[in-house]
Amino acid sequence: MRQSLVLATVTAVFLAACSSQPPAPEQKPAAVEERQGSTVAEPGMIKSDKMDPYGLAALKDPNSILSKRNIFFDFDQYVIKDEFKPLVEAHAKLLLANPSVKMLIQGNADERGSREYNLALGQKRAETVKKALLLLGAKEDQIEAVSLGEEKPRCTGQTEECFAQNRRDDILYTGEY
Amino acid sequence: MKILRTIALALLSSAALNAAAQLTIEVTGAGANRIPIAIANFEGDRVISAALTAVIRADLERSGTFNLIDPGNAAIAEGATVNYDDWRGRKADAVVTGSISASADGRYETRFRLHDVQKQSAIAGQSYMHTPAPSQLRTAAHRIADVIYEKLTGERGVFSTRIAYVVKSTGRYELQIADADGANPQTALGSREPIISPSWSPDGGKLAYVSFEAKKPVVYVHDLATGRRHVAANFKGSNSAPAWSPDGKKLAVVLTKDGGSQLYLVNADGSGIVRLATSAGIDTEPRYSPDGQWIYFTSDRGGGPQIYRLPASGGDVQRITFEGSYNVTPRPSPDGKSMAYVARDGGTFHVTLMDLATKQTQVLTDSVKDESPTFSPNGRMILYATEVGGRGVLAAVSSDGRVKQKLSVPAADVREPVWGPYVK
Repeated sequence: MRQSLVLATVTAVFLAACSSQPPAPEQKPAAVEERQGSTVAEPGMIKSDKMDPYGLAALKDPNSILSKRNIFFDFDQYVIKDEFKPLVEAHAKLLLANPSVKMLIQGNADERGSREYNLALGQKRAETVKKALLLLGAKEDQIEAVSLGEEKPRCTGQTEECFAQNRRDDILYTGEY
Repeated sequence: MKILRTIALALLSSAALNAAAQLTIEVTGAGANRIPIAIANFEGDRVISAALTAVIRADLERSGTFNLIDPGNAAIAEGATVNYDDWRGRKADAVVTGSISASADGRYETRFRLHDVQKQSAIAGQSYMHTPAPSQLRTAAHRIADVIYEKLTGERGVFSTRIAYVVKSTGRYELQIADADGANPQTALGSREPIISPSWSPDGGKLAYVSFEAKKPVVYVHDLATGRRHVAANFKGSNSAPAWSPDGKKLAVVLTKDGGSQLYLVNADGSGIVRLATSAGIDTEPRYSPDGQWIYFTSDRGGGPQIYRLPASGGDVQRITFEGSYNVTPRPSPDGKSMAYVARDGGTFHVTLMDLATKQTQVLTDSVKDESPTFSPNGRMILYATEVGGRGVLAAVSSDGRVKQKLSVPAADVREPVWGPYVK
């Protein structure tokens, strides 16, 4: 999806503000900035400002927090860190506003240790977010929490940075899995 | 097979080379008191003799229990008179002789005899019918090696058994089955999504495993003869860690359908799900004791992951490991007296053995990222996954820690090994 200069700037600022958070690979500010000259504000993007903030279209709107689908965790932890609370709250609102929509939360773990134990750790991470969403009003039958354990790393190096990116929940909606 | 595969035995003597095999096996340690044995060339078809004796010698040598004595180039017939004084002079304690004869139907009969040099008498012998097909020659050779091993060590050989493991190459996962020496690999399942936790049924006819092809972990049971499979557990949430009961009727599995990773029993056909235990934390990696009385498992109910057990019909949970902050993947030995598991020490993970009666432990490996230990059916060796140069390899260590082997596949990650049962 092409982005306007304004959106690119917002994204860059957001990323800078969350520098402690592992960057999502699909958001590369440098790459977006290269398009500055050729990208003008498009009518489609302006419309997005007016759309339902918790409608399904917001899931693909890079300007919406709902387009953010990753929640990162500390080593051997499954507590939702403060910086991810707005994200979880926004997804709860979407589920509330769209009762027929279903969500799959895939928990992940870094590669150290037993595969099955890591699968269970990823499950705990997924269930932690599921529980938070239920407390915020989502319905049990809307959410499935599963684990991919250490089997689907987003980053394959054996560095602390990589491990941090792999301790993660991914949020997927109907049609995305 | 797409990749050219070789098996190489990196030992001093005239080690056998066998092309077209999957795993490269490197023996990096050997037992203290190895039995000196000479496997003479068999009389008869030279090509078949070479194929048979190469596999027999490689099997015995790889076990770390034997020291191969150069038998010379002459073929010695199964029934030939053995010059015991000559063999004693060459420091052989045992000598194997053999004959191969063609029968009218195009098959061959191979007979061998095992001689005890000290007693100056034959102590074992068998005959086998086989075709000249490489797989049949290998099967006959593994059986001969099993007889020799059992006669001379008093414990059953495992050369005829099979192993299963997962090979990961770029974007592809294969569940493979090979002979215990890594040769003759067959792919039971190929997938673009991960496959983990294979587990042999006690009769060796099926593999249970976890596949992620449905974007979440689901437990399947795969019949090896027919290639057909069925879902054994696919409930809401994750389904994983299948372990067969010794009678082959049930699987212990880990499900999250009621919240949290918890232990359940399910019939092998997927029916009759029953919850086995309840905890507030993670319970996973169940494994039956060989007598079927207990289920060993990993749980973080005490804070970090430790190993516990409970009666297979449910009941009070006992903690088994206390040393260290991370003990996972319990694997009771075939005799039920000890347990292999993975212990973390600082940032390293080692295969460790515990005597279940005394609770004494012994770290068996010096590798640093060990996972998934699995006993050979005679309890002598423990196969496990580890990492060398950033690549997944299989390694094996004897349960006394003396014999060490490394098995690897060029340009692929190998993981999740599991040693199959005795072949009937």
